[in-house]
Amino acid sequence: MLDAGPPHAATVVARVQESPTIFTLQLRFDDAAAQAAYRFAPGQFNMLYLYGAGEVPVSIMSDPEERDVIGHAIRAQGRVTQGLARLRPGDKVGVRGPFGRGWPLQEMSGCDVVLVTGGLGCAPVVSVIHYVLRRRERFGKLVIVQGVKHAEDLIWHEQYARWAALPDTQVLVAASEGGPLWPWHVGRVTDLFALASFDPACAVAMMCGPEGMMRSAADNLLARGLPRTRLYLSMERNMQCAVGRCGHCQFGGAFVCRDGPVFQWGEVETLLAHKGF
Amino acid sequence: MFSHPDRAAFLPLAKLPSLVAELMARGYRCLGPAKENGAIVMRELESPEGLQRGLQAEQAPGRYRLTSDPHDRYFAWANGPQAIKPQTFAPQESLWRAERDEAGGLRFVPELPAVVKRAVIGVRACDLAALAVQDAHFLRTGRRDAQYAQRREALFLVAVQCAEPAATCFCASTGDGPTPAFGYDLSLAELKDGFVVVSGSDEGQAVAAALDLPAASAQQIEAAQRQGEAAAAAQTRSLPGRKLRDVLMSRLEHPRWDAVAARCLACGNCTAVCPTCFCHAEADVPALDGRTSDHLRTWDSCFGEAHGHLHGFNVRPDIRTRYRQWLTHKLATWHDQFGRSGCVGCGRCIAWCPVGIDLTEEVAALVEVGPP
Ligand SMILES: Cc1cc2nc3c(=O)[nH]c(=O)nc-3n(C[C@H](O)[C@H](O)[C@H](O)COP(=O)(O)OP(=O)(O)OC[C@H]3O[C@@H](n4cnc5c(N)ncnc54)[C@H](O)[C@@H]3O)c2cc1C
Ligand code: SF4
Ligand code: SF4
Ligand code: FES
Repeated sequence: MLDAGPPHAATVVARVQESPTIFTLQLRFDDAAAQAAYRFAPGQFNMLYLYGAGEVPVSIMSDPEERDVIGHAIRAQGRVTQGLARLRPGDKVGVRGPFGRGWPLQEMSGCDVVLVTGGLGCAPVVSVIHYVLRRRERFGKLVIVQGVKHAEDLIWHEQYARWAALPDTQVLVAASEGGPLWPWHVGRVTDLFALASFDPACAVAMMCGPEGMMRSAADNLLARGLPRTRLYLSMERNMQCAVGRCGHCQFGGAFVCRDGPVFQWGEVETLLAHKGF
Repeated sequence: MFSHPDRAAFLPLAKLPSLVAELMARGYRCLGPAKENGAIVMRELESPEGLQRGLQAEQAPGRYRLTSDPHDRYFAWANGPQAIKPQTFAPQESLWRAERDEAGGLRFVPELPAVVKRAVIGVRACDLAALAVQDAHFLRTGRRDAQYAQRREALFLVAVQCAEPAATCFCASTGDGPTPAFGYDLSLAELKDGFVVVSGSDEGQAVAAALDLPAASAQQIEAAQRQGEAAAAAQTRSLPGRKLRDVLMSRLEHPRWDAVAARCLACGNCTAVCPTCFCHAEADVPALDGRTSDHLRTWDSCFGEAHGHLHGFNVRPDIRTRYRQWLTHKLATWHDQFGRSGCVGCGRCIAWCPVGIDLTEEVAALVEVGPP
């Protein structure tokens, strides 16, 4: 059990700077048996500990069948994540996890997959994109809808272009403010839903990003005929314990760390309509 | 308490020290009421005779004043600022520490409190109800909190029936008092000349047996029962129901939240004194030698700035949303989590609020007027 008690020591085996603020870390538990026993589902997260600074929740980006390392994409923001950004291969961190409930991968099988992300592109959704692309035959169409504020906010430009070129894959990106050479839509991300091509009778949609964006994305998707029970989102709240104890991540009666971070839309839509929970 | 009157015993007033002595002989450090900083708090007794008599306190919204009981009873006070919560859920403690060696390698070491057997004398029915809720939270199957469990298992609880509720008490309305119904090792009801004693655990039974007490008479049992009924009847505050979940969740945009936010200081006193609040912060404190860092857990409050902090965004940026979070968690969504409300009617948050906000008044206003 790597999700109970103190963290377990792990080593940074690789680090890539993806954008000025985003970097990926590949981690491996120092205890080989722990590494071999570690299993997770896309959408789950780990608590990453930086010596003396603290722990932060970070989604697991790597493929669940990858057993050798555990991948995380992290944006350097505050105290802990800026410290994590300074780590180099060979450096040590603490890891506990995996925590929470991941994406409904069973339900996706055989159906179209619609992925909606906002802001700076969300790790939980990117992990599903990779998951689907590696098992392409199991799923129908893949629709990726991504909204950003400024054109420069879109990281992994080439990835989006590459995904857009794949068969049965639709990439819809919008920036509220475009820029020179911006190949995608300029305007609101919600403008894009009319263009999304999927079969509402057999589709699963997953969202992650700012809550206002997810609310309007949900309205659009439900209006397109997607059943409520096939709409999911990943939520973010302050997290300090990850085991349903410290109380910070509560959303109504739910502990996001334990009952989420992935929820079915119907479980949270009522409370999401009110700011402050 | 009186579900098994046949098992009730009688402890004459003069023999109360022998109960403390018996607990001490069994290795318990005994805690009893004491005056400190103008309030009644639980402190360790130095000797079996150390229990104080005549303590009392007057409570009202934003007010707590020590007084003394004209009848010089042992337990004629209602409650102090803290229930038994600090005995199980420590205000601050280290959960584990990280050790770093010269090569930068990390090792994680769990930290556990020393096992100290503690007996608390003077626990109230509301305190026991709150402890049951804390147990459900910290000892949840599959996720037992090791530190909490260690302290909890070493606890012996001597409950007392409340004869003189404070003006802020409303446990009768929440169904949690004033007579202890469960969760105690021993429960006492104080009469003029002694205590009706009931045991609620094997250990409690053994302690009572060692005191070699006579059975309580039918009159004594009846007097205790009547005393409990009178204490319930004396309470003036109440909540308008035991399950307010749906009605409160239908009042989330009610103007009353703005009105209470204009008074509330977001000081968090209410959460610090509440016996059911479980929120805590976790933070790392590295030692100056650069080799070890403690992972500390400290009581936290949903009224604080940091509680809803996400980088670049606060989920609850204002007092309105924080007070609403507190009240709706306590009285509404707590039902989803624990199958009951998070309020046991102790009234502490009323007395210790510096501006005297009274949750029963807020709830009445929220529930009374129709939606929004
Ligand atoms: C389930 C989940 C998955 C996440 N996955 C990723 C990911 O894959 N990549 C990534 O870059 N970020 C992710 N985040 C956000 C990441 O946890 C925060 O960016 C990080 O906690 C900020 O910490 P800090 O010390 O650098 O910032 P500060 O602003 O200094 O924060 C101080 C403390 O507040 C808490 N905190 C601050 N922001 C957040 C936040 N957004 N969510 C939760 N707690 C917060 C943390 O305890 C943090 O240590 C995720 C958050 C959650 C809840
Ligand atoms: S909410 Fe107030 S009255 Fe209710 S248990 Fe907590 S402190 Fe006591
Ligand atoms: S209700 Fe009273 S005690 Fe609670 S935070 Fe507001 S001012 Fe402080
Ligand atoms: S992160 Fe502590 S309760 Fe969810």
